[in-house]
Amino acid sequence: MSVKPSRQYLFSKGLDDYFIGIQSAYKFMGRFFREAFKPPFHFRELMNQCFEIGLKSLPLITLTGFITGIVFTKQSRPSLETFGATSWLPSLISIAILRALASLVTALICAGKVGSGIGAELGSMRVTEQIDAMEVSSINPFKFLVVTRVLASTITVPVLALYCGFVALLGSFSNINAHESTSFFSFFENGFDTITFLDIFTSVVKSIFFGFTIGMVGCYKGYNASSGTVGVGKAANQAVVLSMFLVFIEEVVIVQVSNWIRLY
Amino acid sequence: MNTTQEKDIIDKDDVVISIRNLYKSFGALDVLTGIDLDVHRGENVAVLGRSGTGKSVLIKILVGLLKPDAGDVVVLGKHVPRLSGTELDALRLKIGFSFQNSALYDSMNVRQNLEFPLRMNFKHLTKKEIDDSVDEVLDAVGLKDKINQMPSDLSGGQKKRIGIARTLILKPEIMLYDEPTSGLDPITCIEINELINDVQKKYKTSSIIITHDLTCAKATGNRVAMLLDGKFLKVGTFSEVFDYPEERIQSFFNYNFIQ
Repeated sequence: MSVKPSRQYLFSKGLDDYFIGIQSAYKFMGRFFREAFKPPFHFRELMNQCFEIGLKSLPLITLTGFITGIVFTKQSRPSLETFGATSWLPSLISIAILRALASLVTALICAGKVGSGIGAELGSMRVTEQIDAMEVSSINPFKFLVVTRVLASTITVPVLALYCGFVALLGSFSNINAHESTSFFSFFENGFDTITFLDIFTSVVKSIFFGFTIGMVGCYKGYNASSGTVGVGKAANQAVVLSMFLVFIEEVVIVQVSNWIRLY
Repeated sequence: MNTTQEKDIIDKDDVVISIRNLYKSFGALDVLTGIDLDVHRGENVAVLGRSGTGKSVLIKILVGLLKPDAGDVVVLGKHVPRLSGTELDALRLKIGFSFQNSALYDSMNVRQNLEFPLRMNFKHLTKKEIDDSVDEVLDAVGLKDKINQMPSDLSGGQKKRIGIARTLILKPEIMLYDEPTSGLDPITCIEINELINDVQKKYKTSSIIITHDLTCAKATGNRVAMLLDGKFLKVGTFSEVFDYPEERIQSFFNYNFIQ
């Protein structure tokens, strides 16, 4: 073996690597869209991943959603009481939960649970050559591992977000009922009076983006993991950090866009 | 294996792997610097060399996992670097690759590991046909009783055997073994060497065995290729390579004997 002179950089090593990273992420995403619509389709693996991502996240989503509903109601009550407007609680809570909290809380939970899980799983498959083993057996690992996981998270996160919203409203109802003995139907009637189709639609669209981002980032980081077990840990960690960061950016952009739509 | 048996198995007129002037580097590091090798049908070639000399890189290029920087690789008449994705997939069905760490899918049990390549590549197969294939390869590697175990419950040697069985299930014409005896005790090493020779006889495969284990190279290789400093310094029978008066080869053998 001989050693060549070291490589020349266009800007600097850090900046070059940053742009190469962005290019490779776009290539990865492009490959997803090419492979997702090309047969063969792995429906069984897709269902399996929906189960892993969706059903196994239910307990955590239920607990977090319920507590969010209770806490948010409890914290909002004193301010509204000052103005004698506690009857507005159901509408206030419903707007907050269905427009923002449900999808955001679900996305953050999934970024932590699902994103790190996918990053670690694919990362460990990469460093133990399981992905290479698929490739040499004429199995397309990208299609089998990445496409199914990204699709599964894109499908399940919106469903989980709607479920989280419902559970959070139940939490809110339980708190209001403890103080004012409101009926279940009047709570929901009051709550949904102020909710429009656009609110639900925006929330679902937002969750679709969140789900896609979480799946894509987890898969990208895991699929390109290197450097042994340290690399697996790094992939899982980066998957969580980057997907949370992107989720917040998407939240801001989509809220802005939906506000423009409301205005016009 | 004696010479008569070798003559029965090896067809010296039929070259199944042809490597010409192969170069590969990673960044500033040149790993392969002009490799030439022919492997004949039915022949086992052991590639010997120190760790980090590019032995595994060589077989990863053969199966299209890595692209060479220059040179040509012809496997079963196909120029590997020039193949499209579909053509490469078709060729890969004829090549079995046994990984250094077995690379068993740890979310699947032994049966599922063996069924997976069959189910994904031959969707028309019936359950009975798949079960028969699984039984046959498990029988070939002598681990029929492990069919429902998870990879984490297997020993290192058993994992290697299941890894080999998973490649055999596709009935390959060529086998590529990456360090088949690394990390195993001497008795298990002997068993794996015997398994490699059994596979050669039973499945009529041509193989490249990547190893730094002299016993493995001697026991399994009809020929041995000595890879040092990015080039094959000598290709021949084990004794031809062993007796070759080249300082680097002699120091490799001396070091291994001391070890």
